[in-house]
Amino acid sequence: MKGMTVIVKKITQIMAPVIFLFGFYIIIHGHLTPGGGFAGGVVMAGSFILLILANGTILPKLRREEEGMELLESAAIFGFLVLAGLGLLFSGTVVFFGNFIEKGVVGKLLSAGFIPIENLVVGAEVCAAISTIFIALVVFKDEVEK
Amino acid sequence: MELFLMIILVLMILGSLYSLNATDLLSAVISYGIVGFGLVIAFLLLQAPDLAIVQVVVEVATLIIMIATIKNTQNKIPKVELKPKIAVYYALTLIAALIFVIIFDKATGCLSQFGADTTRMAQAYIEGASHTKSANLVTGVVFDFRAYDTLGEATVLFTAVIGVLTILRIKGKKEEK
Repeated sequence: MKGMTVIVKKITQIMAPVIFLFGFYIIIHGHLTPGGGFAGGVVMAGSFILLILANGTILPKLRREEEGMELLESAAIFGFLVLAGLGLLFSGTVVFFGNFIEKGVVGKLLSAGFIPIENLVVGAEVCAAISTIFIALVVFKDEVEK
Repeated sequence: MELFLMIILVLMILGSLYSLNATDLLSAVISYGIVGFGLVIAFLLLQAPDLAIVQVVVEVATLIIMIATIKNTQNKIPKVELKPKIAVYYALTLIAALIFVIIFDKATGCLSQFGADTTRMAQAYIEGASHTKSANLVTGVVFDFRAYDTLGEATVLFTAVIGVLTILRIKGKKEEK
């Protein structure tokens, strides 16, 4: 896939880390401010899509990225299930998704038990899923054109 | 505020109607974007910023993918000739619309006024979410005692990715042969 002009490339290189950081901020503050795993994950995926669209890549590199994203996505959804299972074991009552980590003070960054961890896992899952779909489409286009 | 919401809803309906009747695929997709972005403003007016963030990002990504798809296909919609019995179709549509309006009126008549009161369920959610010690009550609900829903949503995304990968790989291999 070919990239765009120099102006677009330079501006994307400045903007993409900021967008990625904003998505990460939304994820880790999911239990304090509006947003959460889903919204932050989509914003993070947006930064990857922007980079690939503006700079362009070569096919072998894209295939490797696709594999990594698939692995991350599968690992994230497995981690979510493991968290739910841990809740079954360690929370006092036998509840799937039981909150087994100590809840802190309301409004602190480290509070609300395992909700921040869940947010991180779901954010990684959503980010990897949307990036995988996009990269798969780009790979398909490149293969057809070849 | 309700009047403003009504205006946005009418605008969304007009946009979708135009996208149905447009002869150019690109203008159809862009006018369909009115529906998505109108929904963003509606979410903001109804004080649901969580949904608005997701909606605006997903809408932009969807529009980009749809425009990219259209750029690689033919841009014109082939004209469909209507059959001569056009009056029958119009009459049937009118009757169906009338039945729908009557049933919809009956169904919504027994509901309480829009957003006027919090239901008992909402009260229970607010009390339950305050036990999770999460400052954002929505996350407290979605990730604690309704985490099954979140697991379902994540599974839907996972399945969608598997579907896309499967379809694209089969087609790509066929092209290679």
